[in-house]
Amino acid sequence: MIAARNLTKAYGAKRVVDDVSLDIPRGGITSVIGPNGAGKSTLLALLSRLLPPTSGSVHVDELDVATAPGDVLARRLSILRQDNHMTARLTVRELVEFGRFPHSKGRLSTEDAQRVDEAIRYLGLEDLSDRFIDEMSGGQRQRAFVAMVLSQDTDYLLMDEPLNSLDMRHAAETMKLIRKIADELDKSFVLVLHDINFASHYSDRIVAMREGAVITHGTPDEIMQTGVLREIFEIDIPIHELDGRRIGLFYR
Amino acid sequence: MAKSCPVLPHFALGVLVVAALAIWSVFVGVTDMSIGELWRSGWNDEQVQVLIESRLPRTIALVLAGAAMATSGSILQMLVRNRFAEPSTVGTAEAAKLGFLIVLLLFPEASIPARLAAAAAFAFLTTAFFMRMLRDVPLQSTLVVPLVGILLGGVINAAASFLAYRYDLMQSLASWSNGDFSMILRGRYELLWLSLGMTLLAYVYADRFTVAGLGENISTNLGLRYRSVLTLGLIIVSVSTAVVIVTAGMIPFLGLVVPNLVSLTMGDNVRRTLPWVALLGAGLVLACDIAGRILNAPYEIPVGTMLGVIASGLFLYLLLRKHDRLT
Repeated sequence: MIAARNLTKAYGAKRVVDDVSLDIPRGGITSVIGPNGAGKSTLLALLSRLLPPTSGSVHVDELDVATAPGDVLARRLSILRQDNHMTARLTVRELVEFGRFPHSKGRLSTEDAQRVDEAIRYLGLEDLSDRFIDEMSGGQRQRAFVAMVLSQDTDYLLMDEPLNSLDMRHAAETMKLIRKIADELDKSFVLVLHDINFASHYSDRIVAMREGAVITHGTPDEIMQTGVLREIFEIDIPIHELDGRRIGLFYR
Repeated sequence: MAKSCPVLPHFALGVLVVAALAIWSVFVGVTDMSIGELWRSGWNDEQVQVLIESRLPRTIALVLAGAAMATSGSILQMLVRNRFAEPSTVGTAEAAKLGFLIVLLLFPEASIPARLAAAAAFAFLTTAFFMRMLRDVPLQSTLVVPLVGILLGGVINAAASFLAYRYDLMQSLASWSNGDFSMILRGRYELLWLSLGMTLLAYVYADRFTVAGLGENISTNLGLRYRSVLTLGLIIVSVSTAVVIVTAGMIPFLGLVVPNLVSLTMGDNVRRTLPWVALLGAGLVLACDIAGRILNAPYEIPVGTMLGVIASGLFLYLLLRKHDRLT
């Protein structure tokens, strides 16, 4: 379980994340939704020690995120953020190998190599494994980074807007893949998503944020209601049911 | 991390070529000398003396300085995450020069290691300041990084020139600014072994620098102490640069061109590329020095000038070749 207690991140007087207490149970997919500036990405960064909180604490199982050694935490929890910066020019295989860094410190054992192969196969990257990531399409690169955190083999995987800049096909494929990893490999995901319908279709739990606070959380059916969504996004979204899943028509 | 066996024969070939250049470098110069002649004359005293006092030190210095500057460029590019970073585009080289100058003015009696430490500290602080500055500047283009760095270097250089002019030290400043190995003699290059230590240190921590090149978030995700890696990298770069500047003078562009050439073909996995970067750095400096000695014999063209011409040509080629690779 990831347990946040009274978590606050303030820049000057502005509280980007404001006194959030939240338990994210082990297993399945938890999606964080909310309007722009709600503090979703900041919350994820606080949970994964990319940012130090102004006050409050985060525990991942028995580990206190503030004090646990970086490499110990790196074997328990991984975080993937969107970063458009130039990155080192590595091949897919090299990148995935660095996912083993918390375990191997650079010297790959046979087991490490096996994990790398598995991750590459799992994401269908066998044919691309010797390609440089800077020469691939956005969707392929996204898969390479997912393979990297998969080979990191952590219980918890946090992803900040994993569907960002992916087209419909790749977005749907990525979500299916995340669902598959969660189910087959017993991993727990925490995702920041913008599209409520992806959240509705693929999540086990939805956490809704607004103005730095968690205003509600529950199953997709509990959150995907016109009244609840109005409270989160301040717009009226008609909800329809399709094949037992709830869809919000926010296009009009 | 990757198995490098398939490239091993190539690397061995590269080592042979650079070794050949090194041997050639030993036997080029004003005093005629060849292995055959040395042998026939029964290791004639005068020639052996030239060999030991001047030729060998010069060749060793070229190899060490070339490897160190190319390595520094490689590490800086990972730390700054910009292809155009190298000691002369992020203020490191200028800061080291100013450091030497200030120590020379304030503590003329300071020992060489003390001067070196001061210059390296100057270089370290300036580069750290530069990187701190980059964090606050929202960067729209990769070209902004070297522009800001060159600007910073220019300001430091202006201060150094003013001081040097005022206290009649222009000659020292000029000798630090342009790499020239003609003055290298036994007893005046040994500091460069320190830069070899730095190059080896860079190799030991190669994986950490690669991870740092993936950015702070991914480094933290992989359990790396990002700040410590930055600090270590900047120490390696600052010490290497200061040592090269005080023994031979700045070798510009080397740290830019060699890592970029290697990156084009092999990528940026530092564990794999660093041996090549160091080797090609040494080879290019050797070649430039030999050419500089032959082209205008019996006079010499300083290696810094030779390299400036060749490397800026290569660099223009890299720049115009395929621009999207650089972003």
